Amino acid sequence: MSNPFKSVPVRSSEITSKHVYLSRRDFIKTAGVVAGSMALAACAPEAVESTAASALDAGPPKTDELGNPANSFEDITNYNNYYEFSTNKEAVASLSKDFTTAPWTVEVGGLVNKPQTFGVEDLLGLFPQEERIYRLRCVEAWSMVIPWNGFPLASLLKMVEPTSAAKYVRFETVFRPEEMKGQGSPFYPWPYEEGLRMDEAMNDLAILATGMYGETMLPQNGAPIRLVVPWKYGFKSIKSIVKIELTAERPNTLWNTVATNEYGFYANVNPAVDHPRWSQASERRIGELSRTASLPFNGYGEQVASLYAGMDLSLNF
Amino acid sequence: MKFLSRYTPLQIAIHVYAWSALVWIIYELLTGSFSINPIQELEQRTGRHAITLLVLSLLCTPIHTIFKWSEPLKRRRTLGLYTFLYATIHVIIFVDLDYGLAWSLLIQELVEKPRLIVGLIAFTLLIPLAITSFDIWKKRLGKNWKRLHRLVYLIAPLAFLHYVWSKKGDLLSLQGEVAKPLIYGLLIAIFLIFRIPIIRKALASFSIRDLRLPPKKDQQPKVDAP
Repeated sequence: MSNPFKSVPVRSSEITSKHVYLSRRDFIKTAGVVAGSMALAACAPEAVESTAASALDAGPPKTDELGNPANSFEDITNYNNYYEFSTNKEAVASLSKDFTTAPWTVEVGGLVNKPQTFGVEDLLGLFPQEERIYRLRCVEAWSMVIPWNGFPLASLLKMVEPTSAAKYVRFETVFRPEEMKGQGSPFYPWPYEEGLRMDEAMNDLAILATGMYGETMLPQNGAPIRLVVPWKYGFKSIKSIVKIELTAERPNTLWNTVATNEYGFYANVNPAVDHPRWSQASERRIGELSRTASLPFNGYGEQVASLYAGMDLSLNF
Repeated sequence: MKFLSRYTPLQIAIHVYAWSALVWIIYELLTGSFSINPIQELEQRTGRHAITLLVLSLLCTPIHTIFKWSEPLKRRRTLGLYTFLYATIHVIIFVDLDYGLAWSLLIQELVEKPRLIVGLIAFTLLIPLAITSFDIWKKRLGKNWKRLHRLVYLIAPLAFLHYVWSKKGDLLSLQGEVAKPLIYGLLIAIFLIFRIPIIRKALASFSIRDLRLPPKKDQQPKVDAP
């Protein structure tokens, strides 16, 4: 009897080259997208959303531009630094599940010509949603890769027409201690506030995110709308925003108020400048056991390093 | 169940409590319900359990002073050795799992970060205490044994510093993640203050005995004259 598992010699001419099978995969993918969009076009409007979501699930594994695979939906929604709910990252998901995210408005004002209050659903209609797969590097030296859905912060700012006096953007989280138990803690100057310099805010990488993995954002991730500034430590990416204010003065930021010498205004990811009490040279990607070297500007130097030309980054940490 | 009768309820409670952290970790690891960031969680849980056991060992003497209950004095050794066990696991996880024995990276961190320096000093000082915790050493060292074991008065504050410095916050201005470390710090401070001779004497004289009801004969209800 012949062994069915015996290897048979294959002539090298019979082996499909990598180039060919990759292009075949591309063809299959493209065909899938085309077929999918044809199916979508035929669908009734209310069916579109669910089809799109399932298409996302079935798609190829998501990776960032450096090829790092995205963390799972499960990890991203169950490991959250959101002190308004709890300092225990794995307790936030359950503590925030009943958080009211609708109706929700964001007041955009300050030094602008056209101050306006937007409902979150208005923002979704005004600006096309893009998927951005970003690395998120926490100041505590862990990191994730997250596929956000959102739109550039710059689009919103342009709409309200900042005046020439506007130099900074200040963001504020909702203050709702009855739903956010952590806001009862006397050890923090609630509500959470954050800020960006105008040119940082206008950089295309800075987005306001309303979704993740193609799904509406969950409360533990900062629903219904949050900032994502991927080249800065995670605490800059303020969650559940209710107020955006353009100012002439540099705004206070919560962590800077808590510990001025530890959490600077800029908070750019910088492996060369340590936190006073721990190193920032390496990080642990959630889902991996060994440490990885951290990258300057979290790997986004090409897009943002010029914003800080001539600045001493160890002083402006 | 007969073997249990050889142990006092306090002994059983201490052993159960001491092992509970490890048993819980192993249970969660086996059922796949352990943390999404497992190494950090292992570090934090073993560290917190070590410092809790250390605080409990410091509580024994004040309990004796105030309540004149002497059994806790005999349990200090058990609590101290469990402290050493968890501190050792904590250090091994940090060096091996976390840093993968990358000594150059570790040494650089150690030199630069006071948090790690105080942690390492606290752990190093625990080693001679663990080694000399047996009766034979107690006899051999005589008077010096007690002196040596007073090192715990230094170890506890160092462990506290190591803990509070691993949190995002500022203890002096009471801002940030300071609530839990603060509780440990206050307990350590109180238990150490209770050992200061003058306070200890005051506590001993104001012991629970004084709070007991006076003898019965004085308790005759006074009857008002008609």
